Amino acid sequence: MSVATRVIPCLDVDAGRVVKGVNFLNLRDAGDPVELAKLYGEQGADELTFLDVTASSGNRETTYDIVGRTAEQVFIPLTVGGGVRTVDDVDRLLRAGADKVGVNTAAIARPELIAEVADRFGSQVLVLSADVRRRVDDAGHRSGGFEVTTHGGRQGTGLDAVEWCARAAELGAGEILLNSMDADGTKDGFDVELIELVRREVRIPLIASGGAGRVEHFAPAVRAGADAVLAASVFHFGELTIGDVKDALRQDGIPVR
Amino acid sequence: MSRVVVFDYGSGNVRSAVRALEHVGADVELTGDRSTALAADGLFVPGVGNFHACMAGLRAADGPAVIDLRLSGGRPVLGVCVGMQVLFDGSDEPSGSPQEGLGEWPGSVSRLKAEVVPHMGWSDVDVAAGSTLFAGVESERFYFVHSYAVQAWTLEEPTGAFAAVAPKVTWADHGGRFVAAVENGPLCATQFHPEKSGDAGLSLLENWVRSL
Repeated sequence: MSVATRVIPCLDVDAGRVVKGVNFLNLRDAGDPVELAKLYGEQGADELTFLDVTASSGNRETTYDIVGRTAEQVFIPLTVGGGVRTVDDVDRLLRAGADKVGVNTAAIARPELIAEVADRFGSQVLVLSADVRRRVDDAGHRSGGFEVTTHGGRQGTGLDAVEWCARAAELGAGEILLNSMDADGTKDGFDVELIELVRREVRIPLIASGGAGRVEHFAPAVRAGADAVLAASVFHFGELTIGDVKDALRQDGIPVR
Repeated sequence: MSRVVVFDYGSGNVRSAVRALEHVGADVELTGDRSTALAADGLFVPGVGNFHACMAGLRAADGPAVIDLRLSGGRPVLGVCVGMQVLFDGSDEPSGSPQEGLGEWPGSVSRLKAEVVPHMGWSDVDVAAGSTLFAGVESERFYFVHSYAVQAWTLEEPTGAFAAVAPKVTWADHGGRFVAAVENGPLCATQFHPEKSGDAGLSLLENWVRSL
């Protein structure tokens, strides 16, 4: 008996509609989040993730409404992230119907937020979302290691990705959503090296994100140490179904639901 | 139609539990009101967060007495996740400061010893023989999210004329086996979240509601 590898579609939501951009810059509209959530539930998704991509400037009420309508119709776990800054933000999302909340930039600015959320609601509700890129020097060459970024990968923080994930786990994060900004949108596969490095240092569940393009991309991420795999556009545009991904994992001897 | 109260004592996301129970045909009310909770055909006790916070919330809402009174009258109670854990003697969460539980079952809650904790995701279960809750979904996976669990069942097996009422214990595994569900007369509990376990979870809830 063992826990199944989770396959998670991520819906980037902007003003009540699902969008997904290539490297987060060019947004395309791919439908109604509640309808898509139901479809993914029927297809066998193990969880759903909503990322409110315009949360910092957008209308939060729309997000609460969508979270509530989804939770009432789809009986699988729902994670919501994007623009979460305070314990009160977490409380509102949980009350709206989220099971887990993704925290990103606000935890970088104030790591104590992780402990505050974990103390009040339990570690299991807190997903530390890290947007990570490979370090490069001024000439654009790889200079070793991975750095945590903010603003959809546009801004570096100087934080080492592996150290940051380990610290977040110590502070009480229940899970890490590890998003490779280099791989995101490329459809060339997950950043396996990044997953391996974080897995070595972190003992909480790891969700691999960024780079999924074909069914054969998923098993290497799991073998590198991911407990769950997340993808967006390949699912939204019907290039792959949840079932396709699970079939491929199963054929590789990886347990799925 | 069976009337179910989802006990509201300030515990996280209970909206899904309400809707899942409605979905399988129950007439559901979300309330912390003592007399409504006592009168319902079934009482659903949710629980998220840590053991201590859950017990504090339950005590503030007179939950221990509500559960005791219901059980003494043979009225069904279903505890879920930490709502199951609090039914045992106690917990060592947070580690180093043992917490007292409701003591409906002997045994205590301790931290899982797996390589990756929390146990988060869909696991299969080793269903107790003669289970009512798992009828029709014995081979399905259910959604777990927890770092602590009951890892030993210490209640003695009843013998002789009482053997027929022995508790049915269902197990799962994450770095060692732990109690995934218990069916013990009117008192049932699951460590996993049936309200988050898709169609399998809905079937389990339907089995419970139909038994009320």
